[in-house]
Amino acid sequence: MEPTKIIEHTGGVIGASWLLIALPLLGAAVLLLGGRRTDKFGHLLGVATAVASFVVGVLAFAQLMGFDPAERRRAVPLYDFIPGLTKMGLLIDPLSISFVLLITGVGSLIHIYSIGYMAHDPNRRRFFAYLNLFVAAMLLLVLADNYVGLYVGWEGVGLASYLLIGFWQHKPAAATAAKKAFIVNRVGDFGLAIGIFTIFTAFNTVSYAGVMASGEHPSQGTLTAIGLLLLLGACGKSAQLPLQSWLLDAMEGPTPVSALIHAATMVTAGVYLVTRSGAMFFPEGSTAAIAVTIVGVATLLAGAIIGTAKDDIKKALAGSTMSQIGYMMLAAGIGPAGYAFAIAHLITHGFFKADMFLGAGSVMHAMNDEVNMRKYGGLRKVMPITFATFLVGYLAIIGFPLLSGYFTKDGIIESAMEYSATLGWLAVLGAGITGFYMSRLVFMTFFGQKRWEADAHPHESPAVMTLPLIILSVGSIFLGAFLILGNRFMTFLAPAVGLPEHLPSFHPFSVAGLATLALVAAGVALAWFKYGAAEVPVTAPRGSFLTTFARRDLYGDALNEALFMRPGQWLTRLAVFFDNRGIDGLVNGLAAGIGGTSGRLRRVQTGFVRSYALSIFVGAAILVGAWFVVGNL
Amino acid sequence: MHYWLSTLIGVPVVGALGVAAVKNELRAKQATLAVSLLVLALTVAMAVQFSPNGDKFQFTETYDWVPSFGIHFGLGVDGIALVLILLSVVLVPVVVLASWHEAEAGKRSVRTYFALLLVLEAMMIGVFAATDVFLFYVFFEAMLIPMYFMIGSYGGTQRSYAAVKFLLYSLFGGLLMLVAVIALYSIAGKGTFMFTDLVGSVQDVGTQKWLFLGFFIAFAIKAPLWPFHTWLPDAAAQAPAGAAVLLVGVLDKVGTYGMLRFCLELFPAASKYFTPLVITLSVIGIVYGAIVAIGQTDMKRLIAYTSISHFGFIAMGVFAMTVNAGSGATLYMVNHGFSTGALFLIAGFLIHRRGSQYISDYGGVQKVAPILAGTFLVAGLSGLALPGLSSFVSEFMVLIGTYEAYVVPAVIATSGVVLAAIYILWMYQRTMNGPTAESVRDIKDLSGREKWVVAPLIAVILVLGFYPKPLLDVINPAVTDTLSSVQVTQQAPVAQEGQ
Amino acid sequence: MTTHYLVLSALLFVIGGVGVLVRRNAIVVFMCVELMLNACNLAFVTFARQNGNLDGQIIAFFVMIVAAAEVVIGLAIIVTIFRTRRSASVDDVNLLKY
Repeated sequence: MEPTKIIEHTGGVIGASWLLIALPLLGAAVLLLGGRRTDKFGHLLGVATAVASFVVGVLAFAQLMGFDPAERRRAVPLYDFIPGLTKMGLLIDPLSISFVLLITGVGSLIHIYSIGYMAHDPNRRRFFAYLNLFVAAMLLLVLADNYVGLYVGWEGVGLASYLLIGFWQHKPAAATAAKKAFIVNRVGDFGLAIGIFTIFTAFNTVSYAGVMASGEHPSQGTLTAIGLLLLLGACGKSAQLPLQSWLLDAMEGPTPVSALIHAATMVTAGVYLVTRSGAMFFPEGSTAAIAVTIVGVATLLAGAIIGTAKDDIKKALAGSTMSQIGYMMLAAGIGPAGYAFAIAHLITHGFFKADMFLGAGSVMHAMNDEVNMRKYGGLRKVMPITFATFLVGYLAIIGFPLLSGYFTKDGIIESAMEYSATLGWLAVLGAGITGFYMSRLVFMTFFGQKRWEADAHPHESPAVMTLPLIILSVGSIFLGAFLILGNRFMTFLAPAVGLPEHLPSFHPFSVAGLATLALVAAGVALAWFKYGAAEVPVTAPRGSFLTTFARRDLYGDALNEALFMRPGQWLTRLAVFFDNRGIDGLVNGLAAGIGGTSGRLRRVQTGFVRSYALSIFVGAAILVGAWFVVGNL
Repeated sequence: MHYWLSTLIGVPVVGALGVAAVKNELRAKQATLAVSLLVLALTVAMAVQFSPNGDKFQFTETYDWVPSFGIHFGLGVDGIALVLILLSVVLVPVVVLASWHEAEAGKRSVRTYFALLLVLEAMMIGVFAATDVFLFYVFFEAMLIPMYFMIGSYGGTQRSYAAVKFLLYSLFGGLLMLVAVIALYSIAGKGTFMFTDLVGSVQDVGTQKWLFLGFFIAFAIKAPLWPFHTWLPDAAAQAPAGAAVLLVGVLDKVGTYGMLRFCLELFPAASKYFTPLVITLSVIGIVYGAIVAIGQTDMKRLIAYTSISHFGFIAMGVFAMTVNAGSGATLYMVNHGFSTGALFLIAGFLIHRRGSQYISDYGGVQKVAPILAGTFLVAGLSGLALPGLSSFVSEFMVLIGTYEAYVVPAVIATSGVVLAAIYILWMYQRTMNGPTAESVRDIKDLSGREKWVVAPLIAVILVLGFYPKPLLDVINPAVTDTLSSVQVTQQAPVAQEGQ
Repeated sequence: MTTHYLVLSALLFVIGGVGVLVRRNAIVVFMCVELMLNACNLAFVTFARQNGNLDGQIIAFFVMIVAAAEVVIGLAIIVTIFRTRRSASVDDVNLLKY
């Protein structure tokens, strides 16, 4: 089944869905323009706008569910954005409303959590302003009914990410990480922008509805080019190979930021882009779609390998995020059979990964912002709630039977198996590594001996922080079963992304499923053997070549440095030199030449009257002589 | 009969004389501000009466000036000229307010500085409003004089070098243009310098090429395009911040405006012939300007090089000859004036506090002056064309319009967005982030006056970022009209009525 | 018969010219210039007589008037220079140079 047509819509909550974006944007504006005056209530306003936006989202969802499934794609025109190029409007359909609920729902929880987490930061108001700005931009990204609007949101979340990673600006590492994130994202945006140019040139419109209904039939080459360019954009935003390097550095930001932006929402924008454009530019089996699956598999393995070697709890989680998004990309590349799993996994991942990031934040909060897991250990007794919620997230991500991740990830692996056995087995392998590195993380943090610094006095976090954890972990338990069983989510999404020819059915004891469980169990056992039962050294052992390889992020940074940064620096110096000495040198040389010549000529003016007289006579004689010569010719 | 445009030129001239005559310096400043605000109000009053789909040139006034040569004092605006005049008259009061203490550092006359500002304003309005080619030339050259004195008398340590370089470059281009103007007059044989009469009067392609070059080199120096650009970093770095804003924000736009108005309409065939060359120069300028900007150590020079990159975008948009690119380029001229203007002014405030233009002398300013840093970031982000800020709309239009016609140049130019992120954010990181440097520990945040300078610019940048329609509604018909004259001549070179 | 007058005029002119070039004393140089002017006057008057009209004579008058004015200013300058520098040699007065 193909995606259904988009219907223009006015009135009702859906007609007022611009409020979704406007509310958090208003919050950000008030907090940024109001300055210190809003310090007292800044965090409350930030939370209020996020929650209000969530309420609007729920109401819009309710209204949407009231329509017949074939009429659930509603376009809400707003205004003429760039005359002659594009109008601005919103598209409310099952796909975008799923994102809206995820963004505003998880977003609100993280806002609430941040009240506690940032309680002692003098710039807490500014933090909430940026969070609100992020929510607004992210909602624009998923709600826009055209590619330019998506691009505006796309770069808007990039800005919010930049501001939030670099929130502690006085730390040089944070400032550098923020800049790096923005620049690497811009490389992706470069691809996305050119993709949009190509779409406009080929279809003469950039709206989804327009492209779908367009009578133009561009060549296969053009369509493939568009797909690959959009994929480049998706790689930048979603930290997929080869643009993955910024995500690990982005962990310099405050932990709620890592949870909201770099785990639950922003980094999944690439998956959204591929899914949204799926029917148009990533048809089943096309070159672009195959490229998506390859990028997904490569990243899911790379992220998992990086995750195995990190001692920094947030970086280990970041590697895991890369890896999980790799799964989603893999599913999105498969086509209609995978879209629902991709988005379902995206949603459950949003819950359990946010849960774990916030849990990690809670741990850091208790341990004087220590991030090195080698200095944790035995925390399960002092932080019972954090431990319990983290454990739920952990079991969900490794795919413990009947928890969220079990259903969604298994769905992806099954459909990958059907699509290509090689990719399927690689995805199974990734699941096994996930079992290992996540167990390693949990054992190092919550089990074993105390390896705390002398001044660490861990304690359970306040309720304002643990309550969001509890809600998120409840979602991590049940959401997967709710979405996947009976293909509930697949049929819900169908109007937006289409349906595969035959619906998948859930087999709890398929070969792939059993193999996955076995590998995961092996991974957990290995981790227990190495990090649970054995003593964990406080300083990291040197490790083998492979460990170093993983610790250095598979030499991604080294590669970027050698290929782009150093040559770039040389090029810059060369260009500056050429500009000063070459072009400007030529101009100044010309000026100096004229000046020098006139300096020499000046010397003729000796001041001796008689030599002037002589030159007058000689001149006169030459003139008269010339007259004679010419006159006689 | 109406006198809108001659009033707009006359008011600042009279105001300048008045300001020069006032004895009290404070009164002189206040008078300048009042006059510039009056001009702004008058321009807005005029602009609301402009009908986008009416005659090409509106508010026209024509007086004989030198009848024996057919030279007129001819004024009139189309959509393109109107938005550029609006840009100028918005920037002048902002610059006046920003320059409040600018001229006091030395022993130079404060009153003269502000009088020069008003004279410059009159010249800027005149150059965009001129409908007589000779009058355009006169304003084009006359504009140099106040700017020369503003750089040469009130600038930094190397001001005379910069001012002379600026003057010589511009004069060189201007004289080439004068030759071309006179040649155009005699070859056309119409006995008039009026622009509308001269359009289409030179049909021979060979002749068009030579005349095109005369105009184009003058405009390429003015804009400036690569490789005629090296005067700009010197002039902009040495000029007082206010003068730098007008120099880069408005004066340089005369170059790109001239390309759109005169090169394309007067010499359509030659424009087409030279398009590959111009696009190549523009693309080189975009990438080259950005790369050299990354390597700068001086804040004002860095901003000047970013402008060279941006002028590459504008010139590329003009010569791509699609409506999207042309409108985008025109809008870019306006947006660039605001965003780079804001960047120069805020950098100027910072430099004024610390007394150094070198990036390495700063660090961690964000902590001591958050508003200054925040506004600087907004202006910088507009410079790197972040969506939601004004430059994005124009840059996107230029790129998408160029892509429709020339794929490869557009792709290379798009790489400029990555480079832009590097030069802006790296400068921001080195000046504003990190531990606070000892030397900037005691600097103060923006004062009330400075906030009033920055606020309107930021507001305009934001509003135009989300709602560029009012300007585009005016620009689009004018650009369509301009481009149609290029197309028509190419397809069917019809004889003019008079021949 | 005018040839003799013209030869005389040429001789006077050459004498004057050589004097201007070789003499150092400003007064003598000045008188040599006068000699050249008068050589020209002679030539003008000669041609006026030969052609039978008054053009040359009129020009001669103009030259005399200009020469008179020149004498007034020139002598004044020479005297002033002599007073300050105690010298009438033109080679000593070379301050006005590059």
